[in-house]
Amino acid sequence: MALNRMFRTCPSSGLVFHEPAEKLMRWNAVAAVVSLLVGGILAIGVMLTRWQAVHLLPPDMFYQVLTAHGLNMLVFWIIFFEIAVLYFAASTLLRCRIATPGMAWAGFWLMVLGALVNNYSVLRGDSSVMFTSYAPMGAHPTFYLGLILFAVGALIACFVFFGTLVVAKAERTYQGSVPLVTFGAITAGIIAVFTIAAGAIILIPTFLWSVGLVAHIDSLMYRTVWWAFGHSSQQINVAAHVSVWYAVAAIVFGAKPMSEKVSRGAFLLYILFLQLASAHHLLTDPGLTSNWKIFNTSYAMYLAVLASMVHGLTVPGSIEVAQREKGYNQGLFEWLRKAPWGNPVFSSMFISLIGFGFLGGISGVMMGTEQLNLIIHNTVYVPGHFHATVVVGTTLAFMGLTYFLIPVMFRRELMFAGMAKWQPYVFGLGMAGVSLFLMGAGTLGVPRRHWDISFAGNPFPYEFPGAAWLMMGIAGVTGMIAIVGGAMYLLITVGSVFLGRKIQTPGFQHVRARDGVAPAPQPVAVAIAAHHPSIGVAGFVAPGTFALAMVFLVSFVLYYFINWKYLSTIWPLK
Amino acid sequence: MSAILPPSERVWWKQPLDRVELVWIVVALLWCLIMFFMMPYWHIYGQQNLANEAYRANPGDFSKKTEEMIQKYKVREEGGELKVPVVRPPAGSDVYLIAQLWRWYPMLELEAGKSYRIHLMSMDWLHGFSLQPENINIQVHPGYEHVITVTPTRPGTFAIICNEYCGVNHHTMASRLYVVK
Ligand code: HEM
Ligand SMILES: [Cu+2]
Ligand SMILES: [Cu+2]
Repeated sequence: MALNRMFRTCPSSGLVFHEPAEKLMRWNAVAAVVSLLVGGILAIGVMLTRWQAVHLLPPDMFYQVLTAHGLNMLVFWIIFFEIAVLYFAASTLLRCRIATPGMAWAGFWLMVLGALVNNYSVLRGDSSVMFTSYAPMGAHPTFYLGLILFAVGALIACFVFFGTLVVAKAERTYQGSVPLVTFGAITAGIIAVFTIAAGAIILIPTFLWSVGLVAHIDSLMYRTVWWAFGHSSQQINVAAHVSVWYAVAAIVFGAKPMSEKVSRGAFLLYILFLQLASAHHLLTDPGLTSNWKIFNTSYAMYLAVLASMVHGLTVPGSIEVAQREKGYNQGLFEWLRKAPWGNPVFSSMFISLIGFGFLGGISGVMMGTEQLNLIIHNTVYVPGHFHATVVVGTTLAFMGLTYFLIPVMFRRELMFAGMAKWQPYVFGLGMAGVSLFLMGAGTLGVPRRHWDISFAGNPFPYEFPGAAWLMMGIAGVTGMIAIVGGAMYLLITVGSVFLGRKIQTPGFQHVRARDGVAPAPQPVAVAIAAHHPSIGVAGFVAPGTFALAMVFLVSFVLYYFINWKYLSTIWPLK
Repeated sequence: MSAILPPSERVWWKQPLDRVELVWIVVALLWCLIMFFMMPYWHIYGQQNLANEAYRANPGDFSKKTEEMIQKYKVREEGGELKVPVVRPPAGSDVYLIAQLWRWYPMLELEAGKSYRIHLMSMDWLHGFSLQPENINIQVHPGYEHVITVTPTRPGTFAIICNEYCGVNHHTMASRLYVVK
């Protein structure tokens, strides 16, 4: 046991790391970055083929590369990183030893094995089925096997995370309630467990079908259960990156949640109202009634959407309050103007927040409306939408967190600090361009996962409007900018981790938990000063954030009704 | 650093809400309710709603019904060598459209302003019915016969393309739909 009790206090951040946990976080983060590298190289092929003027790859290779891009990005990069975030939120933030590090390693290696097996199947060339692998289109058995192994590994990691929470509680490593960020991570962990259960329910029979042990997989059943897995996993991403936003606000500004109750309540809504999550992917499918669709996409009031709208206010709101208390209290936006825009930890987080809300959030709710789905279903609007959520939102938030973790966890100075300043802008704005223009092209009907929108050689070609071609071209250009941004990130992180100047901790030595770690800080008795009376405008402590929220709402309402207007012009259907 | 530390007030759930938060929660909830009501509202007052009419069906039966329709209402063939039949079914009738690797079959000619019950089904994998430039997009399943009543509003030559990935020739799966006066 003694070995399991090595702790280190980070001299710059004051965070307490349990060494075995820290090593796990490092390895998971490295596996994540390797997946991002692979997915990023593939993104070049995808983007340059969809940019019809370049049309780089032949069709079979395009579909193969697109399959591998989706999997390495959406599954492997994101989930490896999330496991690192879970361990950070449990072990580091609660100053607790990690439960069963041996199991955690077993989980990690299973995930690595699963990722390799799955990539192998796609590389074979007979499994270009996209990450959704809709039956009855079949892939090689190793395709499903790889995903199952990966999921089992991730499930083990979730249980190690929960085990660590139990240990922290039992050993009283913290007082009172867990920090908000840990609470958010718990939300992500809980959603992950039932997401993976849905994954098992669909992938195991499909695997058996691929080896001939199950005779038939119904396509509608497949889509329903697959999306219960596929969509809930997006809710994990949201819970994880919102937690990262709160963490960054705390780390960079010392911001304190505006009120714990609201922020925690909003996380709870994610768990409770994670709609029967497949519903909004099935809005144009036969065999499901409208009542089922309407109820399950919204639970009669869109409470999960409400939760994200709440976080979208409270995160910048808490930053505003912290800034105003520091004296940036003039007007509506002095707090924002004086924010550290040159600090990539902050700029990543803020671009992530804005991009996720304005581009990803609004478009997502529009798409998820039963009738409006008719005008975008399976068009390139869909990848446009989720490059705003999972790339500008989740990926960029994780990138920002890495800049914080390199000195703290890898104990290396950040290399290319000047480049790091620019990276979030290059990647974030490039990606925002990709999302926006793919959405634009999708509105004009351009299909997703499609090799040739010129229909060359086809007896019945369709000619898309010039604007659609133009927008696919601009998406191509901004996509290349995003690729450059991604390459900058990889250069900075890989360079720093392997070659960065080592940060020495004078007099550093391993200590045992019980006798070495400083006691958890006593709660500071904050005189509840009748709510920051001295800051803000017109009785609002965060008027700037509120104004931004109103801009958001107005954009949302306008965009939403513009799409109803558009819908009303198409052929009547019933 | 507080979101990463335990809450400073131990009974944080009694801490009062901030006014900014309260106002926003109320406004956002109202908006969420409006968005919810838009969907049932459109079912009652809107023109564009998907039917709830769908049947389990087997490909053999479906293609037999399609062939019968073609026999009765074929007006010509198109596509040179391909000889794709073009059918012109009477207004209000049941019209069958097969999706299969990698074609739409047969080709339809409809009359503007008249309604048709279009039956959509796939013979093999998933396909995506995408009518352009109207931009109506519907998922097509094997084994499920989806019945949609459409009323083309304007004459013209429209395209039906496939927008659900269906294998290596997915991008070649395109056809036409004629709407005449
Ligand atoms: C670095 C720049 C990136 C570029 C230029 C890019 C570009 C694209 C494009 C154009 C498509 C759509 C292709 C189509 O439907 O025909 C696509 C698909 C996709 N991308 Fe990316 N992407 C990038 C990064 C990422 C990242 C970081 C993630 C995830 C975190 C991601 C996840 C996906 C997924 C899941 C798909 C869907 C694949 C499918 O339809 O099966 N991408 N990407
Ligand atoms: Cu198809
Ligand atoms: Cu297709």
